[in-house]
Amino acid sequence: MSDFSEAFAAALALILNFESSLAEIVGLSLQVSLVAVFIASLIGLPLGAALAVFRFPGRKTLVVILNALMGLPPVVVGLIVYLILSRSGPLGTLGLLFTPTAMIIAQTLLIMPIIAALTRQSTVQLWHEYEDQFKSLGAGPGETVTALLWDDRFNLVTTILAGFGRASAEVGAVMIVGGNIDHVTRVMTTTIALETSKGNLALALGLGVILLCLALGVNAAAYLINEAALKRHG
Amino acid sequence: MDKANNTDILPLELKDVNFEVGGMRLIKDMTLTLNAGSSTIILGPNGAGKSLLLRICHGLITPNSGSILWRGPSRNEAGIYQAMVFQRPVMLRRSVAANLHFGLKSRGTPKAERDRIIDDMLQITGLTRLARSPARALSTGEQQRLAIARAWSLKPEVLFLDEPTANLDPAATHAIEETIASIKQSGTKIIMSTHDLGQAKRLADNVLFLYRGRLLENAVAADFFNRPKNDLAQAFLKGELLWWNRKELKTPAELKHRDVLKK
Repeated sequence: MSDFSEAFAAALALILNFESSLAEIVGLSLQVSLVAVFIASLIGLPLGAALAVFRFPGRKTLVVILNALMGLPPVVVGLIVYLILSRSGPLGTLGLLFTPTAMIIAQTLLIMPIIAALTRQSTVQLWHEYEDQFKSLGAGPGETVTALLWDDRFNLVTTILAGFGRASAEVGAVMIVGGNIDHVTRVMTTTIALETSKGNLALALGLGVILLCLALGVNAAAYLINEAALKRHG
Repeated sequence: MDKANNTDILPLELKDVNFEVGGMRLIKDMTLTLNAGSSTIILGPNGAGKSLLLRICHGLITPNSGSILWRGPSRNEAGIYQAMVFQRPVMLRRSVAANLHFGLKSRGTPKAERDRIIDDMLQITGLTRLARSPARALSTGEQQRLAIARAWSLKPEVLFLDEPTANLDPAATHAIEETIASIKQSGTKIIMSTHDLGQAKRLADNVLFLYRGRLLENAVAADFFNRPKNDLAQAFLKGELLWWNRKELKTPAELKHRDVLKK
């Protein structure tokens, strides 16, 4: 037990001093996950809204696949991206394996389906309400998708934050395609896994606390934004 | 402008229009012509097919058979000469002014004109002080006024209104009826459904009386209200239709059909 409390004290000291090794890891984690969320949103938001609005052959199949992909295991995504980016893979010549870019690609693939599927679920309700009015006004396809995304913006913030939560918490994909290389591709989750097995509990716990706070902060933000939106728009 | 002589898309002709869902015919052999200039009120009890008829005319629903023909010179782009107001106003999650802006933008009104039209519309409908408020925070009456302003701002030749005052109190209803009268004054053809007889008397030039998907009477308002030809219309005007049964004319199949509808 004293081991644990010592480790915890050391962890707090690490956080309070914001040591450079810790800062580097937290920084890279945020950078990778934020860029992945940004790219995934850029694709997933319009894709989700388009699936809510447009009728075309194969739409239902696509929706089912997208929903299934929400539960995609990170290690499988890691493996697939690894195979594509490895020397003998189709994109091997780019030399991206074991770089932060590879980690961004993996996380983007991981969370894009989540953002798209949740966006569809959310905007489809709004579309039921708007459909006749939009058809009556003669709104074009682009206009319709943009309007749905804008009018559903407060729900979609929660969707994006859910994607961010998933990205920042996953360890399997970034471990495989990043390789957990010190000062290059080491992020919070991979460090925790490594340092725990090495017995360096202080760093692992310190990062664990930061991750938890991040999750808490993200959820609090989502909650507050929704509250404000409800108050304003009903 | 004198719409009676100089129309864009009117008159509108419906020929043998049928619409069915799951084997139930909800609009039956509807044939009629709607001309410019006069206000047409579609009367009938709940389930008569009033909303369906409006939606079919406006092009939101495609009938199973029959044709809907705009006869005016701009018939090929008939959509942009029409607008519709729904029973429950559809409010975008934006400000009042932004709701008007969305309509104008969708119709391709030039940017330079939008702000002026929005200001005018807000003023006419008395919503200026609410321009910046979120539309969904408005009362139902104010929302419906905004919905009508949004439709009117498009300067339609034909305005469809689907029981626009069904959920409103008398004061709000009065405000809406005044606005509708102004829209008619501006030369727009009003095609509106209602089950409110008083309202129909106040606004109608012509009346279409629908009952269970059939057009039973198509008459000038004065004639309809004073001397309705159809016996069901007579009962409706006396307020008796809801419990009135024309037993001698009903086949077993029709009775069964009615039971299905009830369920």
